[in-house]
Parts: sequence; structure tokens; C-alpha cells
Amino acid sequence: MEINKDLIAASSTPIVLAILAEEDSYGYAILQRVQELSGGRMEWTDGMLYPVLHRLERHGFVEARWETAENGRRRKYYSITSAGREQLAEEHRQWEAVDATLRSLWSALRDSLPAAGAAGSGPLPQGA
Amino acid sequence: MPTPDPAARLEEQIDRWRSFLRRRRAIHATDVAELEDHLREQVAALTDGGLDAEEAFLVAVKRMGAMDDLSREFALEHSDRLWKQLVVSSGDGAEAAGARKDAIVAFGLAAAAAVAIKVPALFGLQMERDAAFYVRNASLFVLPLLTGYFAWKRGLDARTIGWLAAAFVAAAVFANVYPFQAQVPGSGANDPGYTELLTALHLPIALLLVVGIAYAGGRWRDVAGRMDFIRFSGELFIYYVLIALGGGVLTGLMAMTFQSIGVDVEAFFQSWLLPCGAAGAVLVASWLVEAKQSVIENMAPVLTRLFTPLFAAVLVTFLATLVFTGRGVQIERNVLIAFDLLLVVVLGLLLYSVSAREPGAPPGLFDWMQVVLVVSALLADAVALWAIAARISEFGFTPNRVAALGENVVLLVNLAWSAVLYLRFLGGRGAFARLEKWQTDYLPVYAAWAAVVVIVFPPAFGYV
Repeated sequence: MEINKDLIAASSTPIVLAILAEEDSYGYAILQRVQELSGGRMEWTDGMLYPVLHRLERHGFVEARWETAENGRRRKYYSITSAGREQLAEEHRQWEAVDATLRSLWSALRDSLPAAGAAGSGPLPQGA
Repeated sequence: MPTPDPAARLEEQIDRWRSFLRRRRAIHATDVAELEDHLREQVAALTDGGLDAEEAFLVAVKRMGAMDDLSREFALEHSDRLWKQLVVSSGDGAEAAGARKDAIVAFGLAAAAAVAIKVPALFGLQMERDAAFYVRNASLFVLPLLTGYFAWKRGLDARTIGWLAAAFVAAAVFANVYPFQAQVPGSGANDPGYTELLTALHLPIALLLVVGIAYAGGRWRDVAGRMDFIRFSGELFIYYVLIALGGGVLTGLMAMTFQSIGVDVEAFFQSWLLPCGAAGAVLVASWLVEAKQSVIENMAPVLTRLFTPLFAAVLVTFLATLVFTGRGVQIERNVLIAFDLLLVVVLGLLLYSVSAREPGAPPGLFDWMQVVLVVSALLADAVALWAIAARISEFGFTPNRVAALGENVVLLVNLAWSAVLYLRFLGGRGAFARLEKWQTDYLPVYAAWAAVVVIVFPPAFGYV
């Protein structure tokens, strides 16, 4: 399943901040974590994560530092700041509102539209 | 030729990928390092998953995203990077350390120039009372330090440095041994006289050649080396003007704020801030030109592009008006100087557009504009010279007049032959490089004439 670009862009901030709230991390590991959590359903273009990280850094939500990784390479680690945690809490509230609204809609639709399917996911059957 | 070792082959591919990425202006070296770490991690994970190194690399690069998209995303986030910035001494590495050292030396020499201009005061030479001394020697406080900066920067050998130093010593001697007379005997005995003022004006021109030789650092005999000095001089002028404007704002604000608390800073401004700032700014401006050379577009050629058509239009209109109204050139005392200035400006416009022109490019509209400019300036000057020649004996040969006449001839010869070379180029009968060579070959002529004015004029005109 491909998730559209706008949705990916909108969700990238809370996702990255939440992952960094778990522990400090670096680009590749963040992407791995997204993959793992979404069961492979969220396909990010790898390179696009970095401008997002840099934007968060500019806003002061994350801090970056260079460290030498265990394999001897220089690696840029990111950690969440207290401003970042506040932002994450704010995003959390907003996404819950969106999610709650959509959930109500999905359940309303399930009653009126049989075509929407049981789980409310998947493409519409043809000719419905 | 394929490399058998897959690890080496991978390194080669990563090198190529990295160099492609480096060309993107929005993506800085640290970002490239970050992305490379990612790429390597991805390749390692994919090889662990069973792909061979080559396949893993291709997949990893694909997942990274198209370079154009990536560059666009970085540009959106870092839009400031699309503006070429002069970043002095940031980051690490030998290059940054070199830039830092360069800046330290330049600012040290600027401070030295600022101090040098105050040293004579220790020996009782006051700036107001002994204005003539300061006017004569102004260039000697600054240009030796500027020459020293380039001698250090280009690593000149001791012999060249010796010659350059000798030139400055000679200049100092000629500026100070002549018994110059005051301008109008009896009226404030310390105003500089005519030949003294001529020395003050021409000494810097002669000494610029010395700076140029140091700047070119062994490439003075090459057209390209001298052309680089021409480019440098244009940028130096523009930076100096900009710094002077900033200095004007600073002093204006300083005067206003101190006035509000009843402190008069004019004396400090006159005898400290202005002379020290003006001396130090030459070195700071030179350093800026050097530091930003590869970072920012040269300004002088941009300005010549802007003003060449305007000056050409003014001159053509002037000539047309002259013909239709039948007016003669008013012969005043300063008319020769006015026409000298006109030729200097036209020469500047020509010189700095020549310095930025792609020699191989075919003739274009702008080249014709240049020819119109030069030819109309020559005609205007010819009219003025003809009018003056008729009455020169009536006016008499004062030092100012002879100097102005000499300058006019020097500039006229340059522009006339430039016009011939330009027309040959436009007619397809000569390379543009001939014009470049002519202009760069001519540089010593200005210095030679200036040296004649400094050395020969005072005794020839009785030091008046």
C-alpha cells in the first residue's frame, strides 16, 4: 500500500519526534524503526528523512551531534529536546483529534455503505 | 576497466556518488557525510540479506531518492545555501585553517597600516599643520603593507621582495627630498603646492604597479597574471567604496549619539578614525576580494555592463549636440582634466568588460556598444584637444596642464589602438586575445608616466 506524499509529509514530524523520544538515534536507524512499526507500509524515500531532521533541528526540537559509531564511521546522532517533547505532545493532541474524527466517520460509513468493507481498508470492490 | 575486488569496486562507486552529490549547492559536505553513512549502512544491510555489493549499491542509491528531488528538498529546507555566502574560517581542515590564517594576517596588516599613519605624529608631524607631508606620503603608509600581504600570500622569493622594497624606498625618497614650495606664498604656508599635489596624485598610480607585481606573484609576465590584477583592482575599488559608505554611516551615528550627551567627537574622528580607518580599509578590502574571489560574482564587470550603454548614449548625444548646435568647447582651466576623467571612465568600462569577457565568444551587440563608446569618447576628446591646442600657448605650460595633457595622450593612445583592435575583432580579422594583451601590456605605461610626473616634474617646474 502506498501512502500519499502529503500524508507522509504531515506525519513525519510526530513520527520522527516520537522515535527520538524513545532513544537517541540516527537517520538509518530511524527509517528502520518506521519500517518495523508500520510493517513496511510506510515507504519513505531514504534521503528525504534528512531535510526533515534538519528542519526539526532548526526549530530546536532536536539536537544533533557527531559521534564515532562502533564500526569506526562518523555518524550524526539526533536527540529530542524539551521543546521537541512539547511539540510532540502538541502533535499527539492534534493527531488524536484527527484520528477520533476519522474513526467516527469510518464507523458511520460502515453502517450506510456496505462497500467500505469490514475493516474499513483496502480498495473498493469494483462495481460497488 | 572492471575492478575484480567487489569491495574496491564499491568504494569506487561510492566515491563517484559522493562527488555527484557534492556538486549540489544546497547539500553541504556534512550532509554528504551523513547521507554516505546512511548509504553504507543500507548497503551493508542489503548485502547481509543476500545481495552482492553491486546490487546492494544500486538498490541503496535508488532508495535514497533521485538526486534532483533530494537536492530540491535540501534547498527548501536550507534556502540560504542558494545564496553564495562568504563563510570565513568555519569548519575544519587545512583549507579552513589557511583561510583563518589569511584573515589574521590581513587584519594584522590592516591594524599595522592604521598605526603607521599615526607614527609620524610621534615625531611632531601634525595632520593639520603638516598636511602636505601626509598628502605626499599617503600611499607609502598603506601600499608597502599591501605589497607585503601579497608577498607573503604568494610566497615571493627574496630577490623579488628586494626589488619591490627598493621601489618603495625610491618612492619615499622622491616624495620627500624635493624642496616643494607652498601653493601661494604667504597664504597659509603649509598648503601643498602644484607639483607637490601632482606628486601626491601620481605616486599611488606608480606604486600600484609594484602592488600588481606582488599580486601576480611571478605571473606578471603572463597576460593572465596581469589580467587577474586588473580584475582585482576593480573589485578592490568597489569594496573600498562600500566599506567607506559603511564607515560614513558609522561615523555619522557616532557623531549623533555622542552629541546627544554633549561630547564632541569631531577631533577624534578627524585625527584618528578617518585616517586610520581609510588606511586599514585598503587591506581589509583586498583581503575580502581575495577571500570571496571564488564565492561571489565579480561586481566590476556587472557595473560595466550596466553603464556602458548609458555612457555610450550620453557621448553620442553629446557629439550630435555639438554638431547640430555648432557650439565650440568652452576652454576653461579645467576642461582638460574633465576630458581626462571622461577617458579614464571609458577606459575603465572597456578594461573591466574586457576582463570578464569570454575570449572565445563570438562578437555580440555588447561588443558593438563598446566600440561606439570608445570611438565617441575619442571623437569628443579630439574636439577638446583641438580646441585646447589652438590656445595652449596663450595659457602657458603650467605643471597641471602639462600633466593633464600627458595623461590625455597616454589614454588616447590606449583607446585609439583598442578601438582598432576591437574593430578588427568584430570584422573577424583578429582574436579578442589581442585586445586583452594590449590592455595588459599597457599597464606599465601608466606607472611610467606617473613616475615621470613624480620624478621629473618638480625640478622641471621649479618645485612650485
